[in-house]
Amino acid sequence: MQAKDKKIPKMTFFAALLGLEKMLKIQARRHIEIREFMKQKNCCIQIKLKDNSQGRYFIFNNGNVCSKNGIHPHPDAALIFYDAETAVALMMPGHTQLDQIHAMKNFKITQEGPEELTMWFARLGQMLITVGQYQHYGVDIGNGVMKYTNGTVAGPVFVYVKNGKILRITPIEFDNIDADSWTIKARGKEFTPPRISTLSPHGYNFKSQVYSPDRLLYPLKRVDFNPTGERNCQNRGVSGYERISWDEALDIVAGEIKRIKREYGPSAILQSTGSHHTLGNLGYFMSAQRRFMNLIGHTFVLQNVDSWEGWYWGAMHHWGGSMSLGAGDPSGCVEEALKHCEMMIFWSSDPESTNGAYGGMEGTIRRLWLKDLGVKFVHIDPYYNHTAALLGGKWIAPRPDYGNALSLAIAYVWITEDLYDKEYVKTRTTGFDEWKDYVLGREDGILKTPEWQEKETNVPAKDVRALAREWASKKTFLGVGGMGCTLGGACRAATGIEWARSMVYLMAMRGLGKEGVSLGNMQVTTPVDFTFFFPGYTEGGFSGDLAQTGLAINMYQKMPQLPTINPYYRQMVPRINVPEAILEGKCKGYGNIMDAKSIEHQFQTYEYPQQGYSKIKMYYRYGGSFIGTMPESNRYVKAYKSEEVEFVVNQSIWLEGEAKFADIILPACTNFERWDISEASNPGGYGAGLFSQLNHRVVTLQHKCIEPLGESKSDYDIFFELAKRLNLAGYYSEGCTELDWVKRTFDASDLPRYISWKDFMKKGYFVVPAPKEGLTQKPAYRWFAEGRNNDEYKMGPLAADFKDGMAYEGLQTPSGKIEFVATTLKRYDPDDRERPPMSKYIPSWEGHHVTDLLRKYPLHLITPHARYTFNTMNDGKGSCVNDVKDHRVLIDGYYYWIVRMNNKDAMARGIANGDLVKMFNDRGAVICAAQVTERLPHGTVHSYSSSAVYDPIGEPGSSPDRGGCVNTLTPKRPIISRSSSTAANSCLVQIEKWRGA
Amino acid sequence: MRKWNMIIDVRNCEDCNSCFLACKDEHVDNDFPPYSSSQPKHIHRWINIMRKERGQFPLIDVAYLPRPCMHCDDAPCIKHAADNAVYKRDDGIVVIDPIRSKGQRNLVQSCPYGAIWWNAEKGIPQKCVFCAHLLDDGWQKSRCVQACPTGALRMLHVEDSEMEKIIQDERLEVLYPEYQTKPRVYYKNLYRYMKCFIAGSVASAHDGIEDCVNGEPVVLYHEGKKLQEARTDCFGDFKFDDLDPDSGLYTIRIGFEKRAVVKEVNLEQSCSIEKILI
Repeated sequence: MQAKDKKIPKMTFFAALLGLEKMLKIQARRHIEIREFMKQKNCCIQIKLKDNSQGRYFIFNNGNVCSKNGIHPHPDAALIFYDAETAVALMMPGHTQLDQIHAMKNFKITQEGPEELTMWFARLGQMLITVGQYQHYGVDIGNGVMKYTNGTVAGPVFVYVKNGKILRITPIEFDNIDADSWTIKARGKEFTPPRISTLSPHGYNFKSQVYSPDRLLYPLKRVDFNPTGERNCQNRGVSGYERISWDEALDIVAGEIKRIKREYGPSAILQSTGSHHTLGNLGYFMSAQRRFMNLIGHTFVLQNVDSWEGWYWGAMHHWGGSMSLGAGDPSGCVEEALKHCEMMIFWSSDPESTNGAYGGMEGTIRRLWLKDLGVKFVHIDPYYNHTAALLGGKWIAPRPDYGNALSLAIAYVWITEDLYDKEYVKTRTTGFDEWKDYVLGREDGILKTPEWQEKETNVPAKDVRALAREWASKKTFLGVGGMGCTLGGACRAATGIEWARSMVYLMAMRGLGKEGVSLGNMQVTTPVDFTFFFPGYTEGGFSGDLAQTGLAINMYQKMPQLPTINPYYRQMVPRINVPEAILEGKCKGYGNIMDAKSIEHQFQTYEYPQQGYSKIKMYYRYGGSFIGTMPESNRYVKAYKSEEVEFVVNQSIWLEGEAKFADIILPACTNFERWDISEASNPGGYGAGLFSQLNHRVVTLQHKCIEPLGESKSDYDIFFELAKRLNLAGYYSEGCTELDWVKRTFDASDLPRYISWKDFMKKGYFVVPAPKEGLTQKPAYRWFAEGRNNDEYKMGPLAADFKDGMAYEGLQTPSGKIEFVATTLKRYDPDDRERPPMSKYIPSWEGHHVTDLLRKYPLHLITPHARYTFNTMNDGKGSCVNDVKDHRVLIDGYYYWIVRMNNKDAMARGIANGDLVKMFNDRGAVICAAQVTERLPHGTVHSYSSSAVYDPIGEPGSSPDRGGCVNTLTPKRPIISRSSSTAANSCLVQIEKWRGA
Repeated sequence: MRKWNMIIDVRNCEDCNSCFLACKDEHVDNDFPPYSSSQPKHIHRWINIMRKERGQFPLIDVAYLPRPCMHCDDAPCIKHAADNAVYKRDDGIVVIDPIRSKGQRNLVQSCPYGAIWWNAEKGIPQKCVFCAHLLDDGWQKSRCVQACPTGALRMLHVEDSEMEKIIQDERLEVLYPEYQTKPRVYYKNLYRYMKCFIAGSVASAHDGIEDCVNGEPVVLYHEGKKLQEARTDCFGDFKFDDLDPDSGLYTIRIGFEKRAVVKEVNLEQSCSIEKILI
């Protein structure tokens, strides 16, 4: 009986092998792509059982195939199954991706022979499954124009293509078939959003950037770089480039990877990317790039929370929320505001400029609804920002280093005039009495009166008193930062921790969660369906990375894939200390945001180099953003000149910024030139639910709209080509093309429940239906304010952080309450003077109290996130954005970055509007065009961060930059010494008229 | 005959430049004969957003004025063009023929609104065509209007009589009516850009402590007449808007009879009066 049973799989295996030959022949006859693919190789491929007891070999010759039963003595390559059961299960229809991955992970299916052949055969097998599924895509709208779709950081788009060239890129206007929009009923009116996916302004610049004169169209080698001779590292950033072939470029890079690994070990390879990539769950850096890098091993560059600093290092200790990096919960706030908000305070909050990062202009219409309802607005920001200009209201303009002084004075008014929620403070918070004593000066003898704060902030005491009283008398929303619940320029300063935690305190005193007492600026939490599953990009795509992405939570099960692990993950370099790691050979980091599962994770430190690990000898850099985005960024320029780093490769779309410092440059293509799939504004992870800043959830198939320009390639393909040279192509690709992975992602999501693959390929997008009434989010913290357990539990805090497990009682803080005096900080260091367990007024270390420095550099520079470019992604590139009047100014044929300054400051320096000026301090100098304005107080100047153009007029790293990288001026010093953080908005400078070098 | 009109609400323009960049996206590198030849990537502003800051720190506001071609019914460019190089379509759109206009640089100066740009490379004058190639293809609006996230830009395809009614109802104006060119582009809340304000903050002091004065009546007089009335808000702020620039002496009377404070302003541009103590 047993013997007979064993025979059945063997017989089926025999039949399957025979069937395979027939299948290949039939499909090759039917489909030209299979016919052409089969012509690529003449070879003999053996399929067999591991014990050689059974097999069949296939001979491919000029596109023809024949096969023979048995074991060939010298096949070119072999596919080997552990036993017949495994073979049958994987060769017959009906098996799942999980079956296949499971067999691969447990070595029940292996391969032998050159990867070139095994990969080819694996892809052929994949083609048999997918053939016919990829033929028709996009909509033919006549006149030779195809309408495709794509996903961008600016929003989802239609891409019109004619003759292989992009004609136009537009927002997606929804049709009648697309799901209905939501409607909110409030104050006797109905509010429903326009049927269009708006774009951030820079979204309209994409075509111009695709066809940019700065596009890298073929691989480049620095002219004086010779991998087998003189490397001339000192000339990085100075020497020019020559065109080389892909083969040469890939051979050099793969060769250097092998050499470095052999000589120093994988930890000698440093790798980093920008904070954001061109969109797509496969092309994203947390997907293709991570998968490849894990396979070769590397030292990881760990990003700090550079847009969230004060919330992460400060607020988190007082209200929890580690898994959102200290952000407040804004759930349900759009509906709540429309119903109840009487006044909205935008505090360091300019959503009309920052667009919620990925939010298009979706929040704008909602804010205008509030304006039409007569809601009062207050804007607290040193700059009369664009939200203030659009909405109007009261502008309160503190000097940039005001920290928590204004908040302290507001608390003083509330305490002394009995205007706060005493019951809430008593039952929902801890440590208030200590705070009260501090505010009233019982601790340090200083009463934190509005008059006291006036000296620190320059805001008239009377205005603060009026604000405090108005706030107490109205249902007031506090919109902090661009999201309304986190971010904001004030959190990226030496005083950022104190500012952010004072926001928590003020909301606690108002009764956070009570009706009309909420966080939010209408930017996030529209009533969309939060349960529809489509993975965010931090969910790891096909990275296989279970440790450093969110893959393990959903996608590892839903889209089975081979896991990848970087064995050298212990060695990390904080992104803001990459120069120190290279130039000084050591550095120390705090707070691994990849591990933000508890509050305490933040106290972890990591040192470079780790004992026994190699130092950095090679740098695999993606893109060129850091000179524009990181503090004191001339450091990065200098680091590139170090001979310690023997090899620098940069994979980039454009020749800009740091790309010009590489030895080899690999030209990547844009998201319009490759296949991918993504949901608009869906990062997942600590940005979970961020799609709710859109009025409609939109998932797009990212059609390959045009062929890659020049010789550029998709990131997927570049890594694939390198992997081929490192015998990693099979592991890297699992035999799949980009489009195969797109299909697998589609299958893993909830999309197939609503739309067929065929229709999705054609139409290219899907609008997720809004939830029924009664299924929308309740207002955040309502449960908390009303003394219930959390009935709106979302991912995080984790079960362990609840005292009663999954009954969800309280916040993540040790007490479960809002803590004025943070238990976690008391445990960490109760005597910390930089960050005491309770927020205190701590003057900025680069601000108006530093009088020596102030005499030399009397102007305080703020560098908010730029309005017309998403970090460096849309700036420069010889593109149309340069002509936006408030972005760059054309003077004598050159597009200069803008610095904005008050009339009085300009006049005192003889500077007129449109003059070229030199802005400088000890750290560097930048040549800018002056914009003279009343939108800033005397003594404060404003210039956006994130210039993509670094263009030193002399020696790179030590001469004035006319490209506009104002971050060459900002301090590298962290907010507090025990943090890896940026205080970019604490920067003193001088400005003078530029009269030429 | 229905004709195209554009309405621009200055109140809702925030200088996001979506219109400007969408226009570039549509027209740079794209020829749409016979409507238009491609727009140069740089310099040209077929929709030109002007900025106006009003007042002095911290009582200021900012307005933006997008200026496309006005598609005038009595267009000077048509009159100045040789060889019928500029013509008006039945639907109101003014088109510069990209072939017949070659070399006619004088057309740039003919437009009092500065809406015509010279393309040196091609030797032709160019301007906004309301994306007529798209409208003729069934689009309901131009690219700039589609891109506008605030509804500041609208396009209407209506009979002139209907438009007359909308002009009345929405109190629309044309820019610089003194040019007398009968534009088909209309503005709403144009005062935010063209007119001036007088603003101030009212406070009182008791025992050295200053407080904003809420609800205080403020009256504006001009040439002996009471012009506007307001009350201070919770920050003590008041603002009189829609005043003509360089319009002479204004008197502001703050507070009730007995304790009233009087301020005089010679209005040139918008004026923010420093703190007024009562």
